Amino acid sequence: MAETSWSDALFDVLVRQDIRQVAYVPDAGHTRLIERCTAYPAMETSVLTTEEEGIALLAGAWLGGDRGILLMQSSGVGNCVNMLSLIENCRMPFVSLITMRGEWGEFNPWQAPMGLATPDVLNRMNVQVHRVDAPADVVVTLDAAIAQSYDGMLASAVLLSQRLIGSKDFEVVD
Amino acid sequence: MTDSLSLLDRRETVACLLRDRGDLLVISGLGSATYDVAAAGDDPRNFYLWGAMGGTVAMALGLALAQPERPVLAITGDGDMLMGMGSLATIGAKRPANLSVVVLDNEVYGETGGQPTAIAHGVDLVTVARGCGLNALDHIRDMNGVGTLAERIHRADGPLFANIKIDAQEYVRVLPARDGVWLRSRFREAVLGLAP
Ligand SMILES: Cc1ncc(C[n+]2csc(CCOP(=O)(O)OP(=O)(O)O)c2C)c(N)n1
Repeated sequence: MAETSWSDALFDVLVRQDIRQVAYVPDAGHTRLIERCTAYPAMETSVLTTEEEGIALLAGAWLGGDRGILLMQSSGVGNCVNMLSLIENCRMPFVSLITMRGEWGEFNPWQAPMGLATPDVLNRMNVQVHRVDAPADVVVTLDAAIAQSYDGMLASAVLLSQRLIGSKDFEVVD
Repeated sequence: MTDSLSLLDRRETVACLLRDRGDLLVISGLGSATYDVAAAGDDPRNFYLWGAMGGTVAMALGLALAQPERPVLAITGDGDMLMGMGSLATIGAKRPANLSVVVLDNEVYGETGGQPTAIAHGVDLVTVARGCGLNALDHIRDMNGVGTLAERIHRADGPLFANIKIDAQEYVRVLPARDGVWLRSRFREAVLGLAP
């Protein structure tokens, strides 16, 4: 699957799952998905100044009846820690789609500390982590994460591994 | 520092803003803002924050986008607003007309012992909000201004920003519920008609 069709498949999951608000700090791996969401009139996309804003924003969205998702890269997880107490205290749904950096063929060592810490940090804040390494698992995993967040009130994050995103199959072809 | 003679009473100010609230939805920031909103009268359409410092305004933004037909008000302190200052840029990019941000500006972190915030050193939130593209009123220093603001909150010509210069005096705390699950469930029941 090329990155376009992979991102398109994720976008289809968001539409099918009735995701109305998409908040993000961009990562290159999310480029196409952000474009699709922004172009879709039934979704409100909000570009954040820092990832923790997205947690509060989506909590407010849910109070108002909207389902949402936070898109970020692994470094952004470090910005979120205390704000995740809002999700835990209120047992609100929360789902994030996270592109991993600093773990596979990374050329920038500044991405490595949070890349390594991301699963532990999320777990410590009671966010379940679903890591995706195989292209075939991308869609089913996001589907499951959204379902368990919004139906089961179990905060969850989908980590798209750097190997997956960076692999040739996922490069932008156009 | 502002001349204390001209500073407003926080409880009177918040009571005025919430008196004829109609279908106003309110998110209050941790610390005194939460106590002030509770003191004005509990309501299931109030969501009181007890933590998540810096998140009040972003939370109100998400709510305003989800409920575009209702006025949404964030009420918070200058310390919380400073921590979440980036959210003003996020609001400026979305410009929801039904959102109002009100800062109860006592120039200190009251909850933690009254240490001066950056505001006490000359930082101006009205200028920041204006630069972010919000409809920012001039600093409010009298109850007439509060009354006018109370009307504008319902007019949906926002995003509105108001910084109210209040007295740093502390009141006996009026403590609303702290159980977040209960608060969010009753809010959604009142606003969306959903059972928990
Ligand atoms: C992330 C985080 N940092 C620090 C605190 C400690 N704290 C609690 S309330 C508060 C001050 C809030 O100040 P302000 O918003 O101006 O409200 P005031 O108490 O003056 O009404 C601080 C620093 C906290 N709860 N969370």
